[in-house]
Amino acid sequence: MSEREFDADVIIVGGGLAGCSAAIVLANAGLSVIVIERGDYCGAKNMTGGRLYGHSLEKIIPNFKDEAPIERIIKHEKVSLMTADGSLDIGYGSAKLSSEPGNASYTVLRAKFDQWLAEKAEEAGAEIITGILVDNIIVEDGKVVGIESDGEEMYAEAIILADGVNSLLAQQIGMKKELEPGQVAVGAKETIKLSEEIINERFALKEGEGTAWLSAGDPTVGGFGGGFIYTNKDTVSVGVVATLSDIGHSDVSVPQMLDRFKEHPAVAPFIEGGETIEYSGHLVPEEGIHMIPELYRDGVLVTGDAAGMCINLGFTVRGMDFAIESGRLAAETLIKAHEIGDFSAATLSEYEKALKDSFVMKDMEGCKGFPTLLTCRGIFEDLPAMADDIAAKLFTVDGQPNSGLIMYIIESIAKKTSARELVDMITNILEAF
Amino acid sequence: MKKLSVEAKLGLDLFHTDEENSHIDVDLECTDEEEIRKLVLACPAECYKYIDGKFSFSYLGCLECGTCRVLSHDKIVKGWKHPHGEIGVSFRQG
Repeated sequence: MSEREFDADVIIVGGGLAGCSAAIVLANAGLSVIVIERGDYCGAKNMTGGRLYGHSLEKIIPNFKDEAPIERIIKHEKVSLMTADGSLDIGYGSAKLSSEPGNASYTVLRAKFDQWLAEKAEEAGAEIITGILVDNIIVEDGKVVGIESDGEEMYAEAIILADGVNSLLAQQIGMKKELEPGQVAVGAKETIKLSEEIINERFALKEGEGTAWLSAGDPTVGGFGGGFIYTNKDTVSVGVVATLSDIGHSDVSVPQMLDRFKEHPAVAPFIEGGETIEYSGHLVPEEGIHMIPELYRDGVLVTGDAAGMCINLGFTVRGMDFAIESGRLAAETLIKAHEIGDFSAATLSEYEKALKDSFVMKDMEGCKGFPTLLTCRGIFEDLPAMADDIAAKLFTVDGQPNSGLIMYIIESIAKKTSARELVDMITNILEAF
Repeated sequence: MKKLSVEAKLGLDLFHTDEENSHIDVDLECTDEEEIRKLVLACPAECYKYIDGKFSFSYLGCLECGTCRVLSHDKIVKGWKHPHGEIGVSFRQG
C-alpha cells in the first residue's frame, strides 16, 4: 500500500463548478490535481436556468466578471403568478441589485462558463482530462484510493466527487441513496436567439443589464414547479421546472409545459421572432438540507449537486454558488490533510464542519421548511387563481356598482379554497420563513 | 414564435451518438400504464412514447437528465448509466 504511486495528490470527478473551483484552490496551493470530465469539454453536460450569484466565486477569483463569459448582470427581478390568460407580476428594479461584486448575480450559460473556469484551473496548474467517464471508485480496506475508467486505474491521496446531481459514484460506494421523485425536479429549457437590442428594448434594460423572471401557476398547469426566463446577452433562456413526484398531476407533459409557457400571453411577446438554438434538460435537487448525503469518508468528499446542495425559494433559486463554495471548502480541507499526511475520515470531517459554519448549510438549514411549502397545492393552483380574480376586479371598471373590495377578496378566497386549506397554506408559508 | 416539435428541438442539439449501445435498459414488456404514463409525461426528450398504441423507447436524443431513472428505477428502467465519455449530448449553450 505504501509502495503505491499516486497519479496525483487529488483526483476530481466532474469538471463543473464544484470540481473546477476545487481544482483551482488545490492547484494554487501547490497540490497536483487531475480533473476527469465525461463531456467533450467542461460544461458539455451541464445546464442552468440560470443565474449565478457571484459571491462565492469572488473568493476564488476576485472581480471574475471582468474576464469570465458572463451574459448579463442582473438588475431586475420579476416574479409572476400565472393563470391561463393572466399574470400578476411583481417587478423589482433597483440600483441596490448587483451593486457590488459581493452581491452581484449574473446570467450564465454553462457550456461557455464552465470551459472558462476549467481554463482557470489549467492556468493554476491542474490537469483536465475530458471525454472520460469514471466507471468505478476503487475502495481498499474501507478507504477510497482511486478511480477506474474502462479498465484503467488511477490513484490519488483523495478523491472529490463533483459529478453532479446523478452522482452514480456516490451511490455506488453507499454515500448516497438513489434519488426519490420528491427530491428532484426536471428542468427543460430552450435558448432562444434574439438580438441584444431587441432584448434591451423588450425587457427595458440598459446595455449589459439583465432580468431574472420566475413564475408559478399556469406554466406547470398547477403542478409543483414553475417557469423561468433569464436574459442572456443575445439570447433568452426560457424553461420550466417540474417536481418529479407531481408528474401526472395533469395530462400535460414536460415538453408541452414548456410550449405552454412560451405561448402564454405574458411571455410570448418577449420572445416573438426569436429562434431556438438549443434545447436542454437536467435534474435539479430540490429538497435542500433533507437530501444531503454523507459528505466525507476515508479518502473522499462529495460536493455541489452530487451532494444535493441547492435551494429554491420560489423567488431565488441557488445551487451554483453552493457548488463553488463546497468545492473551495473541500479543497481547503484536503490542503490541510495533505500537510499532515492524513486523509482519514476524521481529518476529512473538517469539510462538513466548514460547510456547517458557512452560508451553504446555514442557508439550507434556514429554509428547511421550503421543500414542504413547495409541495403545497394551494401555492400552485389556488393562489394564482385568487390573485387573478382579485386583480381583475381591482383593475376593472365596467359601470357596475362596486360591492367593496374587501368583501370581494374574502369571497374570492372562499371560492377557491376552504378555511382549513387556507390556514394550512398560511401555516406552511410562516413555517417556511 | 414558430412551434417546434421535440424532435425538431433535439435536431438543434449536438449529439455524438453510439448507435449500438443504449445507456438505458428499459422493460418494454411492462403493462403498468400508470408507470408508463409518468415516463411519457416527464421525459423532456420524449424518449418514451406510444407508437401505434405500443409503448416504445429510444435512447437517441436522450438529454441524460436522469428523470426516468428516478421515476421508475427497478420498475420500467432496469438500468441507467451515463453514456461513455464523449458520447451523448454536448450542450453548446447550457
